[in-house]
Amino acid sequence: MSAKQTTTARLLSSTAPLAVLVLVFLAAWLTTPNFAEITLREGRFFGAVIDILQNGSIVCLLAIGMTLVIAAGFIDLSVGSVMALSGAAAALVLTSPLQSAPLAICAGLAVGAACGVVNGALVRFIGLPPIIATLVWLIACRGIAQTITDDQKVRFVSPKFEHLANGSLFGLPLPLLLVALIGASAVFLVRRCTAGLQIRGLGASPTAAAYCAVPVTRITLTVFGICGACAGLAGMIAAADIKEADVATCGQYLELDAILAVVLGGTPLRGGRANIIGSLLGALSMQTISTTMQMRGVPAEHTLLIKGAFIIVATLVQSPALRPRLARIFLRRAA
Amino acid sequence: MHTRLIRLVALFTLACAAGLCPAQDTKPDKSAPTKRLIVGFSQVGAESAWRTAETKSIKDEAAKRNIDLKFSDAQGKQANQLRAIKSFVAQRVDAIILAPVVETGWDEALMEAKKAKIPIILVDRGVTVDDSTTYATLIASDFIEEGRMAAKWLVEKTGGKAVVVELQGTTGAAPALDRQQGFMEVLSKNRGIRLVKTQSADFTRAKGKEVMEAFLKAKGDEITAVYAHNDDMALGAIQAIEEAGKKPGKDILVVSIDGVRAAFEAMVEGKLNATVECNPLLGPMAFDTIEKIKRGETVPKFIKQQDKLFDQSTAKDELPKRRY
Repeated sequence: MSAKQTTTARLLSSTAPLAVLVLVFLAAWLTTPNFAEITLREGRFFGAVIDILQNGSIVCLLAIGMTLVIAAGFIDLSVGSVMALSGAAAALVLTSPLQSAPLAICAGLAVGAACGVVNGALVRFIGLPPIIATLVWLIACRGIAQTITDDQKVRFVSPKFEHLANGSLFGLPLPLLLVALIGASAVFLVRRCTAGLQIRGLGASPTAAAYCAVPVTRITLTVFGICGACAGLAGMIAAADIKEADVATCGQYLELDAILAVVLGGTPLRGGRANIIGSLLGALSMQTISTTMQMRGVPAEHTLLIKGAFIIVATLVQSPALRPRLARIFLRRAA
Repeated sequence: MHTRLIRLVALFTLACAAGLCPAQDTKPDKSAPTKRLIVGFSQVGAESAWRTAETKSIKDEAAKRNIDLKFSDAQGKQANQLRAIKSFVAQRVDAIILAPVVETGWDEALMEAKKAKIPIILVDRGVTVDDSTTYATLIASDFIEEGRMAAKWLVEKTGGKAVVVELQGTTGAAPALDRQQGFMEVLSKNRGIRLVKTQSADFTRAKGKEVMEAFLKAKGDEITAVYAHNDDMALGAIQAIEEAGKKPGKDILVVSIDGVRAAFEAMVEGKLNATVECNPLLGPMAFDTIEKIKRGETVPKFIKQQDKLFDQSTAKDELPKRRY
C-alpha cells in the first residue's frame, strides 16, 4: 500500500462517522417534509432535529461510557438494566417522604456507579469474562428493579426532577447539554490525562500494561464505574421524560444500541482505541433514522429491516478490510 | 486448579443469586377437604397494572368462594406456562385457568389436560389449536369491537371529519392487530376521517411520546385526533402534544383503549377525551363458568366481556371506583 493510500485510508476512517451522519441527515432532509424546520416556541427550539438530539441523548450517554469500557478491552452488557434500576431508585426517593430531587439524582447516580464498580470487581477480582459478568448483571439488575418496585410503574410528580429530561438552557434541551458536557470531559480524559493513556494501554495489551505499572485494578473499576454512572443518568432522563419509572421496559435492548453506536463511531471492539466523538455521531445517526421513520410513518414491520440494512452498510464502509480498497477506488476516481 | 475452582463456585453463586426468583412450585395439598374445588391459574406475568388487576380479581374471587387456587406466574415465558399446566394435571386439579402468553404451541399441553378431563378456561387472549375441543371456553374482550367503539366515538365527536394519527401496540400482538382492524373497519365507511400516519409505539408511554413528537413534526397543525391502542401510549402522546404548545383534548382529540386509572385522571383533567374500557376483572365470570361446567351445563365457546366507553362526562364519577 502506498503512503498516499494509507493517508487516504486513515482520513476515511477518522471522518467516516461524520460522513455517515451527514449522509443520513441529507437523506432524511431530502425525503421528509418539515425535517429541517426549527422554530422557537416558548423560549426553546422546536423541531425534528431537536427531537433527534434530545431523544438520542440516552443512547449518547450510554455510548460515552461504553466507549471507555470497550477501549479498555472490556464490554458492558448491563447498561440497559442499570438504567431501569437507577430510574427506579430515583423514583422511589421522589415518592418517599423526602421528595428531594437533588437527593434522587444522587441516588440514581450512586446506584449506577455502584453497579458499574461491581461489574469491574467481578471482572478484576473473580476473573469472570466481562461478557459473562455483565450478562449476570443485565439479568440481576432488572430483577432487583422489579423487586424494589413490586413490578409496578412508579409515578412521581417533581417538576425539578423532570427538568432533567424536559428542561432547557439557552433554548436547547438539557439532556443535550449534559451529553455535550460529559462527552467533552470524556474526550479530555482520553486525550489529555494519564488515565486515558492507561485505559487505552490496558485495552491494547493487558500484559504489557501490567508490566508498565498501569494500575489495572483502579482503571478497570474506574471505566466500569463511569459506564455505570452514565447509564444511571440515562435511566433518570428516561424516567424524567415520562414522569414515571417503568422497570419492565426501560432501557431494554439499549445496551445493543450503545455497542452499535461505538462500533459505528470507529472504536474497535478489540480495545486500545477510544473515539468518543465518533460514538456520539454513531448514536445520533441511528436516532436520525428512527425519528425519520417515525415521521414518515414507515410500517412497523419494515423499520428493523431498514435499521439493519443501514448498520451493515455503515460498518462495511468502515471495515479495516474494505477500507484500503475503498481508498484505492477513491484515489482512482480522483486521479 | 485452585483458582479455577474458586471461579466456578463464584460463578455458580452468582447464577443462583441472579435466578433466585421463587419458582412458585405448586405442591398438591392433600389436607384439603374433598369437596373444595381446586383450580390452577397460569398467569403471563405482572408486566402491567392491567395484568396485576386481573390476577388480583381471580385470586380475590377464589378466596371469596373458598376455592383452592394454585397460582403460577410464568414471567412472560410460554415454557413456564406449559410446565405449570403439566404440574396442574399431575395434581389433578378440577379446572385450569390459562392466560396464554402467545397464540400457538398449546396443542400437546391442552390435549393432556383434556385426556385428564380437566376443563381449560382461557382468559383474555385466545389460542390457535388444531382441536378446539381441547379447551372449554375463552373469556375475553373483543379487541376488534374495542377498535370499532373508539372509531365510532371519533366519528360522532367530530361529525365525521378528522385527520387522525394512530399509535399501534407491539407489532404482531393480537390486541394491536385487532384494535387496528376494528378501527379501520369503521373508518372505511366514514371517508371524512383520514388516517395520515400510523406507527408502532410498543404499548409504552416512552415510545408513545417519541412517536407522537415525530408525527407532530411531520404533520404539524394538520392533526386533529390521536387513536392509541392503549392508555399508556395515549398518555405519552398527551405529553408530546403539550410540549408542542397545543392543548390535548381540545386542539387534538385523544382516544384510547384499556381504561386504567391514570387514563381516568387524564380525562378529569380534560387532556384525554375517551377510553374504551378493557375490563381485567374477569374473576367472577371465570369462576361462574367453572362452576357451570362442574354442574354439567354447557357453556359457549367464547364468552365476551362487556366493554364500555368512558368519556370526560362520566370520568369523574368513575375515577374513585377504579381499582387498577
